[in-house]
Amino acid sequence: MTEPRDRTPDASPPPQQQPPPRPRGVLGDLLAPVAGFGVTFRTMFKKVVTEEYPEEKLPTAPRYHGRHVLNRHPDGLEKCIGCELCAWACPADAIYVEGADNTEEERFSPGERYGAIYQINYLRCIFCGLCIEACPTRALTMTNEYELADDSREDLIYTKEQLLSPLLAGMEAPPHPMRLGDSDQDYYLGGASGPTAGDGA
Amino acid sequence: MSDAGTTYTSTYSPDDPYGSTSTDESGRVFTVGGGDWDEIVNAVDPMESERIVVNMGPQHPSTHGVLRMVLELEGETVARSRVVIGYLHTGIEKNMEFRNWTQAVTFITRCDYLAPFSNELTYCLGVERLLDIEDQIPERVKVIRVLLAELQRISSHLVWLATGGMEIGAITMMLFGFREREQILAILEMITGLRMNHAYFRPGGVAQDLPPGAVDRIREFIPYMYEKVEEYESLLSANPIWLRRLKGVGFLDTRGCLQLGVTGPLLRASGLAWDLRKEMPYSGYENYDFDVVTEPDGDCFARYLVRINEIRQSLRIIEQAVDRLRPGPIMVADKKIAWPAQLALGADGLGNSLDHIRRIMGQSMEALIHHFKLVTEGFRVPAGQVYVPIESPRGELAAHIVSDGGTRPYRVHLRDPSFVNLQAVPALTEGGMISDVVASVASIDPVMGGVDR
Ligand code: SF4
Ligand code: SF4
Repeated sequence: MTEPRDRTPDASPPPQQQPPPRPRGVLGDLLAPVAGFGVTFRTMFKKVVTEEYPEEKLPTAPRYHGRHVLNRHPDGLEKCIGCELCAWACPADAIYVEGADNTEEERFSPGERYGAIYQINYLRCIFCGLCIEACPTRALTMTNEYELADDSREDLIYTKEQLLSPLLAGMEAPPHPMRLGDSDQDYYLGGASGPTAGDGA
Repeated sequence: MSDAGTTYTSTYSPDDPYGSTSTDESGRVFTVGGGDWDEIVNAVDPMESERIVVNMGPQHPSTHGVLRMVLELEGETVARSRVVIGYLHTGIEKNMEFRNWTQAVTFITRCDYLAPFSNELTYCLGVERLLDIEDQIPERVKVIRVLLAELQRISSHLVWLATGGMEIGAITMMLFGFREREQILAILEMITGLRMNHAYFRPGGVAQDLPPGAVDRIREFIPYMYEKVEEYESLLSANPIWLRRLKGVGFLDTRGCLQLGVTGPLLRASGLAWDLRKEMPYSGYENYDFDVVTEPDGDCFARYLVRINEIRQSLRIIEQAVDRLRPGPIMVADKKIAWPAQLALGADGLGNSLDHIRRIMGQSMEALIHHFKLVTEGFRVPAGQVYVPIESPRGELAAHIVSDGGTRPYRVHLRDPSFVNLQAVPALTEGGMISDVVASVASIDPVMGGVDR
């Protein structure tokens, strides 16, 4: 709490409250009504700030919350372990996940489980980013892609196939055994500088 | 004579054998003692048969969103004006009861969409007070909150200046206002990843730290904005049209403001230096040096001056906040409350950092359990209720939060300044010209997202 101050309406405001008006002089006072047009006039010669979208696309900020992507480990296995944390975190109930067990013959991710069904409903998503904050494996990240308009409801429910990142060089399409270690721990323990880090942060 | 509100009571007495049946005094009763009939009728109410009801809005370009006004007009004079709201009801308050305390931020941020940080701030301050962790909030968090709230105050006032200007014909001002606001939105996007509805303040801290370059960007913005405010003033302050549309229009004095619960720039434009940042400082506002802007006149022009000068004061606060930023944590230390995200950018976009993943998935079982518990269930907030008012760009904003001790709010009610200030519409407009209705309503700066919630 600060000192009680005098707030009576009639008390004249303390003098330093307003920045002093710039002195204009007699001529300035005379011209003040038309000075506004000077501003308008000068603006005609300034650089135009209009963005020519869609002909010219400007990049978003790197942190921009755009379309999601499901990532892979450097050997091609999926990072998603089907834990549903993203779905729990989502305030808009936009994510639907169904996990399933990996087997020795059919392995999609390191560890026990993988995300068998994965959908994000972009009709519901509010791009708050709580899902990517919840994901414990960096399986789910947000890219800067924002052109998501479509003309049917079905097309805006993205499936796992649409969300999974493409296979890069050196990646092998799952199912396949773990190539980068003997257990899922080998995939996680490297951290940002580890051998399994891939292109994540 | 056009005193439409006056009721003329009957002069007949009950024992008058011819007038005793006239007991209905709800309408007007006139006693006429001769003269030309037409003259008498015209003298009483020349416009009586001309009173028309005009619905202005909800789809009207100058009612600031979906506000509907029912205007009863006598000629061009507004005899009665009533506001009708509810066209933007979103059920935000109710929805929050079904989300955990952290998720609720993503809802409340959407109420007053021109000042989302203010909504988040009052909510987070309230939850923090219920959790009794107010003194654990790191200094950096407080400074970042002030910094962003003030940036947004500027952008909110710019939208007001832009749309308010446009509504009374100053299209140039509209373009200018949105041009500068775009700069602020770019800064906010850089910091939070979103231009609006950020959900960036969380109970206990903020979602992620400022990115590299953000402080420099803000520092560059400050002198730019000072210069632009000068430009607005040279465009408008002496413009004869601007002056005649605003001076003496929509008058409301301090007493009227107080009786109607009106706060914010309207109250300060009536001469009362009431600003919650000074009166009940929160988030460290007591450490900043700034002035409460007041104007004595109580009309639309005074409100314009107040807002213009508040932009300058906000810039002063931003200058100081930037200097106060010190490296430090951006979330409370208590792992049972702190939202567990550690976001990092990579080639694959924005997601949890791999080092964080190593810790929770590989090293610390405890960290993993906290992560799971916080995401699926959230934290519990002790039962009780709080009301932490803050000064939003439009006035006193506060979330009245009730907790029953669970992981979700029991009830969150928002005292939104736009809602309360709209009460002043009849006081501002009745008896004035219809063309002044637009200027008066614009001077309130209502945001319907906050009004209807
Ligand atoms: S960004 Fe938000 S709304 Fe969208 S899927 Fe993630 S958590 Fe849900
Ligand atoms: S995307 Fe992440 S949070 Fe969601 S199910 Fe997969 S691993 Fe779990």
